Amino acid sequence: MTSLLKPGASVSLSKEALGALLDGLRRMGYQPVGPRVREAAIVYDVLESPDDLPRGYTSEQNAGYYRLIPGDGTNYFDITPGPQSWKQFLFPPVSEILRAQREGKNWQLLPVSQEAPALAFVGVRPCELAAIQVQDRVFLRADWQDPVYRARRERVFLLAVNCLHPGDTCFCASMGTGPQAGNGFDLCLTELEDVFLVEMGSERGCELMASLPYQAVREEQRLRAQQGLEAARQAMGRHVADVEGLPDLLLKHLDARRWQEVAQRCLSCANCTQVCPTCFCWDTREVMALNGKVTHRERVWDSCFNPDYSYVAGGNSRPSTLARYRQWLIHKFATWKYQFGTSGCVGCGRCITWCPARIDITEELAAIRQESEA
Amino acid sequence: MKATTAAFTPEQPMQPQWAEIVDITPEAPGIATYWLRFCERSLRASYRFQPGQFNMLYVPGYGEAAISISSDPEEREQVGHTVRHVGNVTHALGRLKVGDRVGVRGPFGTAWPVELCRGQDVYLVAGGIGLPPLRSLLYYLINHRADFGKITVLYGARTPADLQFVHEYRAWEAAGVEMLVTVDRADATWQGLVGVVPMLFYQIRMDAARSVVLSCGPEIMMRFVVFEALARRVSAERIFLSMERNMKCGRGSCGHCQMGPYFVCKDGPVFSYAQLEPYYRVEEL
Repeated sequence: MTSLLKPGASVSLSKEALGALLDGLRRMGYQPVGPRVREAAIVYDVLESPDDLPRGYTSEQNAGYYRLIPGDGTNYFDITPGPQSWKQFLFPPVSEILRAQREGKNWQLLPVSQEAPALAFVGVRPCELAAIQVQDRVFLRADWQDPVYRARRERVFLLAVNCLHPGDTCFCASMGTGPQAGNGFDLCLTELEDVFLVEMGSERGCELMASLPYQAVREEQRLRAQQGLEAARQAMGRHVADVEGLPDLLLKHLDARRWQEVAQRCLSCANCTQVCPTCFCWDTREVMALNGKVTHRERVWDSCFNPDYSYVAGGNSRPSTLARYRQWLIHKFATWKYQFGTSGCVGCGRCITWCPARIDITEELAAIRQESEA
Repeated sequence: MKATTAAFTPEQPMQPQWAEIVDITPEAPGIATYWLRFCERSLRASYRFQPGQFNMLYVPGYGEAAISISSDPEEREQVGHTVRHVGNVTHALGRLKVGDRVGVRGPFGTAWPVELCRGQDVYLVAGGIGLPPLRSLLYYLINHRADFGKITVLYGARTPADLQFVHEYRAWEAAGVEMLVTVDRADATWQGLVGVVPMLFYQIRMDAARSVVLSCGPEIMMRFVVFEALARRVSAERIFLSMERNMKCGRGSCGHCQMGPYFVCKDGPVFSYAQLEPYYRVEEL
């Protein structure tokens, strides 16, 4: 039976064993965090037991629209992501990066601990897994190994869940990131009505499964999972055409009329960048103690929509909303590719759902394509 | 400890090295050069930069600012940074005195194309606070004068009082550098040229095929510098511009300095016009 447990192989696990799986994660030293319902939305927080998961819930999402729907289903993972992403754990909105203390007339650096909690991310969607891999490329490079990100990333157990019920603003199939997780997880669940199929992606994933009452996957179960994933692929609420051609298309149409049109609607509020699981821009903030003896240097999330973002002495290089919206869109779909060798968009749809002006990036991309063909 | 040539490690990328201000040279109203010496002895001897690169200077309690290095790249022990006091951090820097310490991270960014300039006529075209990063190169050119063809500085400031490094012009000229200086607004003492920097191109005769044009200054000025250089048949591959953007990290992590596909902090600040051309004319990119 143990021969079933190896990276790349799959086994099945009864739904009743989900509690044991969370216990197993805790025994291995990981604090499980995952989706919970709070204030009428899905948030990511500590999971004490499977009862904390949004069992039976689905959501209705559209441009500028989000409603949780408590259903009569019994599945744990039918819900699609809410406004939060795992980014908040790996790249916290605020983190201390430097501390200095005044000694006489000079300053000394004090050590800043980057001790990170060992977390198990439970219910990571394939698009979210892809987003983590995108941020890995940003923060873990030969010439910049981000200490904050690295300390957290190295201690994370990734429990992915394939997506059988994509939301109305989802387009991961277009972006090639879902609905099935490719690699990079420790375990990946596919939740059928009666059972979980569990694919192992790492040795520690296998180790965890060895402590659980798993069974061999039956052919009929495998088939149902495949059919479910194929149906999910067809059920995407949104679609982006010719993703490979986007860098060229967008950079050749930096003067498209559509930018003016969308700038009329965009509030430059930065919601899209805050909910985006790949957006990485950050600012620094100097927080001096009132006694003037200790200063803390903090890193905080920033956004290309913020007025100060592109400010230099003597002016702002992107004063208009047009320029800011264009920067956001060309960065995600065009220039990111040059910078990091991958698209900056994973197709999760958050920026569509959480835009108060109901701007839909898939619609904007289609409009620019249409304008280029006119 | 292994000798390192930089005040930067990828593992602790935001950690500065302390340096002492050993001298402050006033250059013009609101502009001064800060001569820094690393407190860590080994770094003092091993730190290297190339002309055109910049450091992030940190004033505790205020933050960091990206500052061009303006001193001779072959000078050891101390590194010069010419600062215009315009922002929060640079104003704080302005209140520091000799003996005070600042944090330094760097050097960052691309350098002026010294190898391409070898054997060529070199035109250094600067406006206002754009001169410091070119001064660093100028020292190098002068120290290796025989390796280069004509060396010409085209420089302008708003008024005669705003001109920087004026006490060095005579020495530069004596070393074989032609100086063409202009001001936007003259005063009673000024006997030189009046007009904007790109107009200085009408004072010179260039051999385009063997010329390299290097420019730093306000973007509007550089736009016209490019225009004048191209009009004289200097190719886009031989025109170089040093760009300015908001910078927080120095290595393409914070995102602020993006210009199209580039991070100005690591793909620049020095770009060839051939690199910039597709994006340069797009407003607010």
